[in-house]
Amino acid sequence: MRSSHKILLLSLLVLGLAAGKKNADPEILNVSYDPTREFYKEYNAEFMNYWKATGGGKIVIKQSHGGAGKQARAVMDGLPADVVTLALAYDIDVIAERTGLLPADWSTRLPNNSAPYTSTIVFLVRKGNPENIRDWDDLVRPGLEVITPNPKTSGGARWNYLAAWAFALKRELGTLKDLDKLDPAVMKAAEKKAMAFVSGIFEHVPVLDAGARGSTNTFVQRGIGDVLLAWENEAFLSINELGPENFEIVVPSISILAEPSVSLVDKNAEAHGVKAIAEAYLQYLYSPAGQRLAAKHYYRPAYPQFADAKDISRFPRVELFRIDEVFGGWQKAQKTHFNDGGTFDRIYLK
Amino acid sequence: MNAIKKHRVLPGFGLSLGTSLFYLGLIVLLPLSALIFRSSALGWQGLWEILGSERVLRSYRLTLGTSFAAAGVNAVFGFIIAWFLVRVKFPGKKIVDSLIDLPFALPTAVSGIALTAIYSRNGWLGAPLEALGIKVAFTPVGITFAMILVGLPFVVRTVQPALEELETELEEAALSLGAGRWKTFCRVIFPMVLPSLMTGFAMAFARALGEYGSVVFIAGNMPMKTEIASLLIITKLEQYDYAGATAIAIGMLAISFLLLLLINGLQSWSSRRLKGI
Amino acid sequence: MEQERYRRALRAPRPVNILIGFLALGFIGLFLVLPLIVVFSEAFRQGLQVWWKSISDPDALSAIRLTLLVALIVVPLNTIFGLTAGWALGKFRFKGRSFLITLIDLPFSISPVISGLIFILLFGTYGWFGPWLTAHHIQIIFSVPGIVLATLFVTFPFVARELIPLMSEQGTEEEQAALTLGAGGWQTFRRITLPNVKWGLLYGIILCNARAMGEFGAVSVVSGHIRGETNTLPLHAEILYNEYNFTAAFAVASLLTLLALVTLIVKTIVEMKNDPRRRS
Repeated sequence: MRSSHKILLLSLLVLGLAAGKKNADPEILNVSYDPTREFYKEYNAEFMNYWKATGGGKIVIKQSHGGAGKQARAVMDGLPADVVTLALAYDIDVIAERTGLLPADWSTRLPNNSAPYTSTIVFLVRKGNPENIRDWDDLVRPGLEVITPNPKTSGGARWNYLAAWAFALKRELGTLKDLDKLDPAVMKAAEKKAMAFVSGIFEHVPVLDAGARGSTNTFVQRGIGDVLLAWENEAFLSINELGPENFEIVVPSISILAEPSVSLVDKNAEAHGVKAIAEAYLQYLYSPAGQRLAAKHYYRPAYPQFADAKDISRFPRVELFRIDEVFGGWQKAQKTHFNDGGTFDRIYLK
Repeated sequence: MNAIKKHRVLPGFGLSLGTSLFYLGLIVLLPLSALIFRSSALGWQGLWEILGSERVLRSYRLTLGTSFAAAGVNAVFGFIIAWFLVRVKFPGKKIVDSLIDLPFALPTAVSGIALTAIYSRNGWLGAPLEALGIKVAFTPVGITFAMILVGLPFVVRTVQPALEELETELEEAALSLGAGRWKTFCRVIFPMVLPSLMTGFAMAFARALGEYGSVVFIAGNMPMKTEIASLLIITKLEQYDYAGATAIAIGMLAISFLLLLLINGLQSWSSRRLKGI
Repeated sequence: MEQERYRRALRAPRPVNILIGFLALGFIGLFLVLPLIVVFSEAFRQGLQVWWKSISDPDALSAIRLTLLVALIVVPLNTIFGLTAGWALGKFRFKGRSFLITLIDLPFSISPVISGLIFILLFGTYGWFGPWLTAHHIQIIFSVPGIVLATLFVTFPFVARELIPLMSEQGTEEEQAALTLGAGGWQTFRRITLPNVKWGLLYGIILCNARAMGEFGAVSVVSGHIRGETNTLPLHAEILYNEYNFTAAFAVASLLTLLALVTLIVKTIVEMKNDPRRRS
């Protein structure tokens, strides 16, 4: 008995220690997706300094990263995020819709659809581009291997998928403008072709990782595949981290304007009494300092005038379309393509 | 009857059983009942619909198939290793013997990353194997390899004591009666170790069914091809499809439970058999 | 004389022994030793200094702290349970006993993903206790209690599974003798039963501890991955791996592997000190 008493006491003590080490400074938790790790690491430090310097006192910013879908689910299940900075608006929409933690019109509260920075999808290839990959239609060449994460679980992969789809539509129709005014029969035929095209790409995919980072590791670290469909910032970052002598970026003729969105999670922030800090945290993303950091970490800033010209000049010119123009917004795109029974499932169920 | 009475002379049965049941209920049964309750909202038909869908069926088939293959490989090599450890004298035996438990202690994520590093295309063994046209990483073979790693100690550790307890008199008798070595092995030794071997096989099988951490790294995770059931649960969860996730989980739970019942049956059979002879 | 000849004949002939040895050691080398070598060679690829830096990084330290904390809570609880279950199920025979053993085994073969999921179904916002917890501002999942619970679940069978067969094998004669001599029930347990099973108990504790520190899947589902707060060592290794920080990831992995090796060494010593069966 004595020894088990001791054990019990010890565990209680340890529990007490764990509970007692709570920080007195106000804390906010930012729940984000995978590729923003480096950016928020630096931004958080910057914001803490700013907040202190402007008389707000010392604060602590906690950070959580993971696949966008996983992170949104965690917030729905009770991860006490004060702000979410996710890969696509749809994930935040789902949180709003299912939990009511934030209002449905959250995206109108900050400038630029609540996207302080944007990005796009590019190709990462091995140095010298040995397979001579130039555009989306090169991806279906025989023998080529394409690496992309799973669109079911990765936000970035959904952008990849839609960009490829839109490329095929444009090839069929000649334009992506005013698609809703087209003859439904013509549109239907084009969509059929697009589906065949995208499904052709996925026949070349040997591994589907759950998240963008997993795919990058597969391509870069495991040496698998000839081309990686990646976030632009992710592609720059891997070149930076893993050596410009090994990889290079190829920009396709057309790509999608990816808008990673941010929002306050109102009810959580209110419950933690940090609403003012959390709001300031998000607004500061649009400040010159925030924009400069975003560009430094290879995100296209909403206000390029605030960023270093040197950083801006790194971004290649590419024809970008918005998801609303071609797919009628995220809700619709998600339903048509990525929900169970959507086009992505049909590719694999064949 | 008499035996039961004799056992009951010891005190503390009520207290210890009560405490055990309470703790079991709190830590295991309550959470599991949440799973069952959740999926009961689906109804039988809903459950069947999810479990019967092509993708789920294939992931079950893959999980069961690779687990079975891994358990089979482990049964063969586990037996050889156990035999080696019990019957052959060699230097450094203690070290080899304790290495067997490594998969028990090694975090599965670590073994997953290590296996992927070894068997992927630019890995230590992956490169030469690829040259021979054999792909391991990102195929069902890779999944099987990860499962072999986690299941190996189960076979060795159940067969080893059985081999140790095997009485040599029987073998001596068989040999003295003129049976050849191979015949002695097949007719005398193997049948006696068989129950333990089967228990070890079933345990390795059960363990492989539940393996996740090491498999996801090496699997490739292609829908319909290399997507194990655990991964499908995660995929469903990340699409906010709780009903689908719980339904697949219930299916796995049922399989695990049946398998464990079988193992416990096997174990009592084998202990009876060993004592009976 | 005659017997001696057969006994010698019992030992399989040399070529067969060599073949068996070759197969056994080859298999062990391929599946157990090679991964070990990979982990350490990757971890120390950039030298000891980089290794040390990755281990002593504040986030790594907080992961180590959390991992130790979880093990400190989980192992004693499961040990106490293992002892009570060992006593109830090992020393007594009753209806439903084997069913109960199966239930205890269950967490063993359940996918860790399911083990995490069930706690979300219980304590998540939409779980059974979700609304109540939210109303009282209590955080279970995505914080330390959730990680502890998931680990408790996963490591639940380890000690019990070691003790039940052992206690049942040892029977009740010694205890009964002690009781007849006038010892109390508690005294009997402490003086007779506990010393008899102490090595098995220790083995169970060692394995339970190793799994508690190394659990990945279940903890990953309930952790929330908050840096410096809810990341255990295995999760931290994954994060580093995802940050292209491969050397650091393997450094953390090597720490876990070292832990596993120490565990094995302790276990081997434990076995050498006792268990005459294994002493050969």
